[in-house]
Amino acid sequence: MRRRQRLLLFGAGALGLGALLVWAAAGLPDFGTQTSAYASLLNHTAVEQRHATNVVAAVVFDYRGFDTMGEELIVLGAVFGVALLLREAREEDVGRPRDDVRGELVGAVGLGAATVALLVGLYVVMHGYITPGGGFQGGVVLASAFALVYMAGGFRSYKRLTPIDAVDAAEGVGAAVFAAIGVIGLALGLAFLANLMPGSLGTAGTLASSGSISILNVGAALEVAAAFVLLFTEFLEELQAERLGLE
Amino acid sequence: MLVLTGAGAAVLAVTRDPVRLAILSAIYGFVLAVLFTVFQAPDVALSEIAVGAIAYPLVIVVAIAKERE
Repeated sequence: MRRRQRLLLFGAGALGLGALLVWAAAGLPDFGTQTSAYASLLNHTAVEQRHATNVVAAVVFDYRGFDTMGEELIVLGAVFGVALLLREAREEDVGRPRDDVRGELVGAVGLGAATVALLVGLYVVMHGYITPGGGFQGGVVLASAFALVYMAGGFRSYKRLTPIDAVDAAEGVGAAVFAAIGVIGLALGLAFLANLMPGSLGTAGTLASSGSISILNVGAALEVAAAFVLLFTEFLEELQAERLGLE
Repeated sequence: MLVLTGAGAAVLAVTRDPVRLAILSAIYGFVLAVLFTVFQAPDVALSEIAVGAIAYPLVIVVAIAKERE
């Protein structure tokens, strides 16, 4: 195709897409208006039924728990793919990891930031069904703490903190928690991923509340954090392998 | 806030230097996080801060380092 034709095609496509987007945006409900009957229904019943003050967590881990398990498995599959592709292509033993020379200030500030990220991550996970946040968000924050350790302390510190076998295991356990709670529910004659602790939902707004949601929440955190750490590790190992190969 | 988000996206799209892109995308992640908070989605904002400020720039920086070897 010549340049002129391509420009024409792009122009027509961009105009069409733009018009559709404007049309769709004009049809959105006004900011702050409550239109979804489902949303207001959940807002009224979730705290009473599930004792979870973060209604989003109640939806993600209970009312729509099966969808969430699908998402977990997508993450698991994606990480599997990356690990299979990169580990296969790499020599098994990377040898002594080499650290870049870094300033002491970078190390001090970075490790301080990593500590804060770790604490915030744990807080967000543990209060997932009480305040905004939860396993997915907290898991990402936890993983970013490990990324900060690499940036501030170098590859050797990062490797010592994240033994690959432990990360692999955490990834699998996170996904297994979901499947296990679902299947136990089925075995007891309940719905898949139904609450397994009906008599002990606890007081809404405290850490000991929400029944199975609290366990699923930690499972999701483990799975997401391990997935991100695994991805970081694979990419960083690639980098190290290449450096060693050039020496 | 919406205008700032749009302008930021445009700046990111025309940035060609990868190092500059890594730094700008971290800042843009923060802008997005503020936008999510304004629209009452604090949980989404939390993950955006972690991904936008740390995870995504790290991937770009590692890619640059690999390219320069």
